[in-house]
Amino acid sequence: MKWLKLYWNLLRKPSVHYSLGFLTLSGFIAGIIFWGGFNTALEVTNTEQFCIGCHEMHSNPYQELKDTIHYTNRSGVRAECSDCHVPHGWTHKIGRKMEASKEVWGWVFGSINTPEKFEAKRRELAEREWARLKANDSLECRNCHEFDSMDFTMQDPRAAKAHSTALASSEQTCIDCHKGIAHKLPDMASVNR
Amino acid sequence: MRLLILLLTSSLALAAFAQSGELSPSAPDGLRKGGTLGQDLPAPPIAGDPREVKREVRNYPEQPPVVPHAIRDYQVDKNFNRCLDCHSREAAVQAGAPMVSVTHFMDRHFQVRAEVTPGRYFCTQCHVPQTDAEPLVESDFKAVDEVIRASNKGDR
Repeated sequence: MKWLKLYWNLLRKPSVHYSLGFLTLSGFIAGIIFWGGFNTALEVTNTEQFCIGCHEMHSNPYQELKDTIHYTNRSGVRAECSDCHVPHGWTHKIGRKMEASKEVWGWVFGSINTPEKFEAKRRELAEREWARLKANDSLECRNCHEFDSMDFTMQDPRAAKAHSTALASSEQTCIDCHKGIAHKLPDMASVNR
Repeated sequence: MRLLILLLTSSLALAAFAQSGELSPSAPDGLRKGGTLGQDLPAPPIAGDPREVKREVRNYPEQPPVVPHAIRDYQVDKNFNRCLDCHSREAAVQAGAPMVSVTHFMDRHFQVRAEVTPGRYFCTQCHVPQTDAEPLVESDFKAVDEVIRASNKGDR
């Protein structure tokens, strides 16, 4: 308690030895270093390398992703893990990152560290992602697939119909129809599609 | 030492002999034509799968219809059947897709079931998409109508 009081008084006192300019400048520089460091660390956790660093991610969902059009395609555009599972905007990104701390728990206790455990939890995990994308109006999809840029005349008649009605009126969102585009679907019994 | 030299020279001679073509005769012209048995030829390019294809007329009544669209990444397993997403009894009308034929609902005793039976569940066992690939071997297959027409002509 005495220590706390001492430091509190020290912090409250104006600086005796350093000029205001020095303090301002060093505060500014320290700010750049801290903020930059935080942001860099955050970006590192957004890389594919980081995600598949754990074997449960590398040997389960990542292997399924590899065959799909979002990973292998003629034009060389690739959506990595974070493109679909982490929003790009700052606020939502931080929210998602906090949510993701639960995944660290799962990793520590090995909740999906075998294919069997992953398969057993597949429906639960999928449902969580569906709910998340439903709630944020498929935000991550829309990072690349913009509704305003869609040319209905170049789509299948059936796709054009669905996009120009249900999607246009915000009645439905991407994930309502486009489930299991990057990973295998769980047992879909009693799931409305 | 002498044995080693003998071994070395003989293996060198064998290697030279193998290069000469005597030990590497031309391969039988099977599916991949040309080359010799010892030669590694580059694999032929993978045929593309054109999206815009029309539904094709069947060559005989029991022919499984070919798939007239791309089916890349379609999941057909115990958990889910992507084909039935459109071709199932419930979805076909809305999707504008042909419903799987009633034979797919029959079990081995010809008893019609409510769902597609496991025996007919794996679509690509019979139904395949079409590509622009050249046929690997020549075929003189004729559709059933052609055969009938030809035999009718022969009768007269």
